[in-house]
Amino acid sequence: MLENKLTRRDFIKSSGGAVIIGTLATSSVAISMLAPSNTWALELSKLDENTGKMILHVTRHIFPHKTLDDAVYALVVKDLDAAASADESVYKLLQNGITELNNSAGGDWMVLDTNKQFSLVEAMAGSDFFEKIRSTSIVSLYNNDMAWAHFGYEGPAWSKGGYINRGFQDLDWLPEPPDAASPLKA
Amino acid sequence: MANYKMNDNDVVVIIGSGAGGGTLANELCQQGVGVVLLEAGKRQSTKSFVNNEWESFGQLAWLEPRTTSGSWRVAKDFSGLPAWICKTVGGSTVHWAGASLRLQEHEFHTKTEYGDIDGANLLDWPISLKDLEPYYARAEDKMGVTRTNDIPGLPGNNNFKVMYAGATKLGYKHCHTGRMAINSRPRDGRASCLQLGFCFQGCKTGAKWSTLYTEIPEAEATGKLDLRPESYVLQIQHDKSGKVNGVLYADANGEQHLQKARAVCVAGNSIETPRLLLNSASSMYADGMANSSGQVGQNYMRHMTGSVYATFDKPVSMWRGTTMAGIISDESVHDTKRGFAGGYEMETVSLGLPFMAAFLDPGAWGSKFTEAMDNYRNMAGMWLVGEDLPQESNAVTLHSEQKDQHGMPVPDVHFDDHPNDIAMREHAYQQGSAVYDAVGANKTYRVPPYPSTHNLGTCRMSKYAKDGVCNKYGQTHDIKNLFISDGSQFTTSAAENPTLTIVSLAIRQAEYIAKQLSSKAI
Ligand SMILES: Cc1cc2nc3c(=O)[nH]c(=O)nc-3n(C[C@H](O)[C@H](O)[C@H](O)COP(=O)(O)OP(=O)(O)OC[C@H]3O[C@@H](n4cnc5c(N)ncnc54)[C@H](O)[C@@H]3O)c2cc1C
Ligand code: SF4
Repeated sequence: MLENKLTRRDFIKSSGGAVIIGTLATSSVAISMLAPSNTWALELSKLDENTGKMILHVTRHIFPHKTLDDAVYALVVKDLDAAASADESVYKLLQNGITELNNSAGGDWMVLDTNKQFSLVEAMAGSDFFEKIRSTSIVSLYNNDMAWAHFGYEGPAWSKGGYINRGFQDLDWLPEPPDAASPLKA
Repeated sequence: MANYKMNDNDVVVIIGSGAGGGTLANELCQQGVGVVLLEAGKRQSTKSFVNNEWESFGQLAWLEPRTTSGSWRVAKDFSGLPAWICKTVGGSTVHWAGASLRLQEHEFHTKTEYGDIDGANLLDWPISLKDLEPYYARAEDKMGVTRTNDIPGLPGNNNFKVMYAGATKLGYKHCHTGRMAINSRPRDGRASCLQLGFCFQGCKTGAKWSTLYTEIPEAEATGKLDLRPESYVLQIQHDKSGKVNGVLYADANGEQHLQKARAVCVAGNSIETPRLLLNSASSMYADGMANSSGQVGQNYMRHMTGSVYATFDKPVSMWRGTTMAGIISDESVHDTKRGFAGGYEMETVSLGLPFMAAFLDPGAWGSKFTEAMDNYRNMAGMWLVGEDLPQESNAVTLHSEQKDQHGMPVPDVHFDDHPNDIAMREHAYQQGSAVYDAVGANKTYRVPPYPSTHNLGTCRMSKYAKDGVCNKYGQTHDIKNLFISDGSQFTTSAAENPTLTIVSLAIRQAEYIAKQLSSKAI
């Protein structure tokens, strides 16, 4: 079920158009259990490949989770690509931002070392371009099955019968509260 | 279910089906009164609720345009979303967490107890705890509040274990799993809590009380209720004598209808209720309906709030289990030695990963933020909720230009923290952090207020007509067949979560209205 959803929604197969392709890092154990294969591909409908890749890296600088896989950051690119398709002004905003970033890098921001890359992104904080990526990420980055697996959040509970028999009281590194404060479960 | 005609002027029209409106509707129907219940939102069910924060938010939240102003942080972080409340049958009782506390005696008399405080528009309630006690008892029974009526408390989850251990280390004496309108045992035809942890998203087991599946079906069973979902009220109308006689509303297709009424009860929550009265201005009521005091929309209160989250070496998994079943109430007293008037409660809270990202530090980015998120699994959290002081300038007003899709001016919500709120928040942040530090927190996070979940005071009750909008039964001072039936009535906010009091006031008001109707006083 989950695998199919991911195959369809997140690991879109190429059928023309620009594509970003990546490989899951070997450390992304939790995510690899969800993914149908180790390689993933994101088809872009509006942005070109280079812009897509740059946005992915800019997003990594804004939200630097060291061990979170690129496959999750790619979901931000996917949502920005969709927004750019739907609204020309978003497309221009992103395109202009990327151009500005490259200009400030003296040509190609992607070839700079990480610290230099970061300081140029930081200099754009507060700009519409930066805010568009930041505010999209705050939802897209954390609202998907792969991120939940990575951060340990368990997502929907109803289909699994809640936590009444699945560890809502399993914390064992502090003393148990007395029954008067926390009655036994029915 | 009844089906009243538009020109039936014998019905009581209630606007809004949440804690206030939904309860009032049932209580009136039980006494044989015919009710038309107009609700702007759609009707969902325990089946249609979803265990997904953003998806559920889209399904249930009130997302009509609103603006904000003032120096409160919400105006910066969520400029178009001053309040986090519902537009759905059942209102915000679909979202709510279930914490059900009585107000304390002194909180009914803050002007007397606290004295004059600069900038605060304090006023004593025209009722005391004694007046409300019998209604609190009925509300607790109706809602199945734990630790009342021999209903056992809920079992504490991991988040509670952390709170309890820290609280006892600090020497706090009043910490337990709360008084919650959530079944710890099957009761009233509803199941017991399965510890899903999605209390804010609509409770799929129905263990948590909501008017959607308690009051409203009970009212329907009497044959006296005509519930009309997707009916957005635009205006209340009146006759030549000044009495209200009907309400204008738009249906799902945007078509407008005029429902005649013998009496009108407004329960749209504390932003929409005053907005509606202001939008109902006429040549007779130039400043808006029931507004001879000028207080409609003023004294908007949203509680002193904030949250503390803390990270530990080991997992907490705070999202597992009931969202808010945990409370420390030692700080809810009035003790000015702490540097502020009034008190606050500390209650467990948890957010799923998606909402944690949105609310931890709105606007934040960078490694400090990602480090906190990286420790999500090891996080515990509490919500701080305390009394905030009424100020005339904190107000819901009509926006001078912006209109909604029906052409009605949208509400602007203006709020500045009172110095008392700021001092209390600082104290609460310190104590909240101390609770977690006492059990070895690595880091504590002071999380700013969410969009307001508690909205109060914008049509406050008062003894004298010059001081407020309605009397001690919620009947407006100016128009005797117009009632305020939600949290807008609150004269002051008190420290406690407001819903139990809203429900108690609605039960009391229903008795009063039924008597007024039968004696032909209205
Ligand atoms: C996430 C969350 C958690 C909460 N937890 C707690 C808690 O633990 N304890 C507690 O005491 N309280 C809690 N609350 C607050 C509680 O939900 C509210 O206090 C309570 O529901 C308010 O009741 P009300 O009748 O004033 O308004 P609501 O319950 O909000 O109902 C108002 C209804 O009126 C409708 N309406 C508004 N305008 C119009 C119009 N023009 N025409 C037609 N219909 C209209 C709305 O759609 C809505 O359905 C929480 C709230 C939230 C959002
Ligand atoms: S934790 Fe309990 S009250 Fe909350 S949603 Fe689940 S079953 Fe309902």
